[in-house]
Amino acid sequence: MATSQQLEAIKGAKVLMVGAGGIGCELLKTLALSGFTDVHIIDMDTIEVSNLNRQFLFRQSHVGQSKAKVARDSVLRFRPNMSITPYHANVKDPDFNVEFFKQFNVVLNGLDNLDARRHVNRLCLAADVPLVESGTTGFLGQVTVHVKGKTECYECRPKPAPKTYPVCTITSTPSKFVHCIVWAKDLLFAKLFGDKTQENDLNVRSGGAASSSEQPEDVFERKKGEDIHEYGRRIYDHVFGYNIELALSNEETWKNRQRPRPIYSKDALPDQPAKPNGNFESSNSSEDPSSLSAMAALGMKNPQEVWSLSENSRIFLEALKLLFEKRAKDIGNLSFDKDDQLAVEFVTAAANIRASSFGIPLHSLFEAKGVAGNIVHAVATTNAIIAGLIVIEAIKVLQNDAKNYRMTYCLEHPSRKMLLMPVEPFEQDKACYVCSETPLTLEINTKKSMLRDFVEKIVKAKLGMNLPLVMNGSALLYEVGDDLDEDMVANYAANIEKVLCELPAPVTNGTIVTVEDLQQELTCNINIKHREEFDEEKEPDGMLLLGWNQAPPVEKDNNHVVNGVSTSAELPSEEVVDDVDMEISKVAPVKKRKVLDTPVDVNDKKKVEEVNDDDEDEDIIMLEGNNPEYGKKRKLI
Amino acid sequence: MEELTEEETALYDRQIRVWGADAQRRLSKASVLVCGITGTLAEFCKNVVLAGIGRLTLVDDRLPTEDSLSANFLVPPALELHGHETLAQLCCDSLKDFNPMVRVSFHTGDPSSFSAEFFSKFDAVVVSGCTLSAKKSINEKCRGSSRRVSFYSVDCRNSCGEIFVDLQDYKYTKKKLDEPVEVELQYPGFQDAVAIPWRKLPRKVSKLYFAMRVLEKFEELEGRNPRDVSIRDLPGVLKLKRELCDAEALNESHVPNSLLERLLAGTREFPPVCAIIGGFLGQEVIKGISGKGDPLKNFFFFDASDGKGIIEDTGIS
Repeated sequence: MATSQQLEAIKGAKVLMVGAGGIGCELLKTLALSGFTDVHIIDMDTIEVSNLNRQFLFRQSHVGQSKAKVARDSVLRFRPNMSITPYHANVKDPDFNVEFFKQFNVVLNGLDNLDARRHVNRLCLAADVPLVESGTTGFLGQVTVHVKGKTECYECRPKPAPKTYPVCTITSTPSKFVHCIVWAKDLLFAKLFGDKTQENDLNVRSGGAASSSEQPEDVFERKKGEDIHEYGRRIYDHVFGYNIELALSNEETWKNRQRPRPIYSKDALPDQPAKPNGNFESSNSSEDPSSLSAMAALGMKNPQEVWSLSENSRIFLEALKLLFEKRAKDIGNLSFDKDDQLAVEFVTAAANIRASSFGIPLHSLFEAKGVAGNIVHAVATTNAIIAGLIVIEAIKVLQNDAKNYRMTYCLEHPSRKMLLMPVEPFEQDKACYVCSETPLTLEINTKKSMLRDFVEKIVKAKLGMNLPLVMNGSALLYEVGDDLDEDMVANYAANIEKVLCELPAPVTNGTIVTVEDLQQELTCNINIKHREEFDEEKEPDGMLLLGWNQAPPVEKDNNHVVNGVSTSAELPSEEVVDDVDMEISKVAPVKKRKVLDTPVDVNDKKKVEEVNDDDEDEDIIMLEGNNPEYGKKRKLI
Repeated sequence: MEELTEEETALYDRQIRVWGADAQRRLSKASVLVCGITGTLAEFCKNVVLAGIGRLTLVDDRLPTEDSLSANFLVPPALELHGHETLAQLCCDSLKDFNPMVRVSFHTGDPSSFSAEFFSKFDAVVVSGCTLSAKKSINEKCRGSSRRVSFYSVDCRNSCGEIFVDLQDYKYTKKKLDEPVEVELQYPGFQDAVAIPWRKLPRKVSKLYFAMRVLEKFEELEGRNPRDVSIRDLPGVLKLKRELCDAEALNESHVPNSLLERLLAGTREFPPVCAIIGGFLGQEVIKGISGKGDPLKNFFFFDASDGKGIIEDTGIS
């Protein structure tokens, strides 16, 4: 139990929790039991059914309500005298500025995405408030402590990049099921049901066959009065039949690869008439859009079952039909949502048919949904363990017990008998651009790249700045904010479209550009180096940022182009996607770190291998959406 | 086995992605008995109820006190409103809320007086706050049953915790390089496990193992209730320690006085440790029931002062 010294530190502490989900619920409960009296908690989410297997402060009746608020109410029931202040808001909101953070003795993160973690990291550094970070996935978890000046910051060591896939792999040469899912979700689904004005690589083929000249762009458009069954089959035949034949015609591509086989609906569904006669009453008589389901209509009940090609084909056509007929008003602005049953069914079916074509194993709807929806598997026990560890570290922090700060890894398989492995925190990285403000270098074609590219791809995406400010010397080139006057807004709007060397304060070779985020209180100086040529495959953005910590993505293909977005929870394991058995693979150790053995263990000279910290952030698999702003050779971002 | 219902699939989605639908089905058929609702076992109960076991039966006739409130979030704070409801009753009511699909009930009486037949109705029996002799006798009854009744005991003192696991003869399948492999493990019963001569144990076995044995023995010799010891007992405990180390021909440095002192100093449970031990215990029971995952063999120790969570296999192989 806590010593009286500890209890005093606990009672007087003001704690900020960021996240009221899996870790958050366990953490709030343990903080309450441990005697904490003043906790603030930020969470922007509302409660969903799938949360209830572990976020035990929530009940079925709470679905749809604010997590932060309900968590507070639930804990007050067993600790009525505790002060819990909930914020149903995004932690990136400008209200949560440095002043806000300064009021706390410690910040405890229970977040599920890299973006927010980086943001909080910067605010904690700016406010000089210690941060206890954590994450879990399945049976794996970890807790780390970050105290300015004493340990590394959260960003000192590289965090793995979102998983990316080359465009050609998705459009032409898939070899894994996930490639088929990305194709089905971000190309086909988007093309048929999403924003029509967005560019779409669906007809792009490797080998550069000029597709646009061979096929009119509106092949995907449903012709006026076209029967839905005919339309469905036409689309089917086009993407699974014709497009494959076209791809096969390019011999080069298939020299060393297994050739796909074209699949036509008449072959996949030999018994089904192309157009049903008479009234085809689907068993789905309810008009409620949320209960629409192709599976239900076809009497297929088990989401864990792997369907045959013909079953997938039936689902494909039925889902398409239901979407067009019962959700007509959604067509044209639908984006994939893992909780949208029809969308999941359609994407599963489409991915499976494509997989069948390319000789890739098929997957169940359950599995496909996990891949397409970036679902992270999670259980209550790991979160409970991690929450306990967080509170232990928090108490140390409150007592400034610096030499006892630990990073703790929770393992599924013991490493030298340990399931909980404590390691000393890393030292600050003097070259970390976040906590040590080391300048960066950017190689870019200043005659071709626009300020917009710089802001979107470097400042926001790579540097993680939320509300950036871009300056060349004393000249303000661009900023984001609410209180800007019209002239400035117009000025920035003009600048953003300009090529770098043509800006009012020209950015050319040797210029030092300063980028800032006032909320994060982070300033970065970037040395600009002009470069004419960039490799389209390796550097598709036409930019190379140096001095910035980024671990290489796990995927081996280095022509990374497709960016997944981290939407998922907690800690990642690797390759959740391809692992049909859903077993967590063991994390590969990388560095050797000193594990704290007691002095008596003299014989123990070996050092324990630490768990690779690269598994800290989620396995981001999927594309999020097409960004129309990047010109023709567009990457699926 | 029947398919999972739609309700189950929706609720358990995230954990089915961890251990699979088969395991989930097995969980829903299982029955677990919990004797002695400490803060740690309150955590454990929460975990297995959320996981969706079939039935959970609680045994603890004690009336709640301020102490029980300190580490048990299942007990409502307004004690005066709950008259003579026992800990088991109160926790039962709270737990039902967490997952309406689990049948939570309570049973009255002293667990050490329950028959072997009673224990044989369960897939897993979990005890905490048990005397040494009660632990032994309950474990023996579990081992005596014709069907396998897994036995787990848990002891948390100050900022340390111990889990003991007895799965008797346990067979399960695991994947080794994509190939299914059958594994067979043999667990000693509690009596046999703690009877192993200390000097025969693995060389660097956790010091907590010995410390717990000393305290267990002390409580038994003094006729104390579990954890009814305090820092005032330190001289007596240290004396016992010396005697035991002597008898076992074990160097006293294996059982540091400072550790014993620490364990005696804290009478109340430490909530973070309850969460950690309750978490690991939950995982173990789930693994044992589902047959999926390497079960812990056969002791687990956690000490918040060094932060290590260690598995010790003291079984004679």
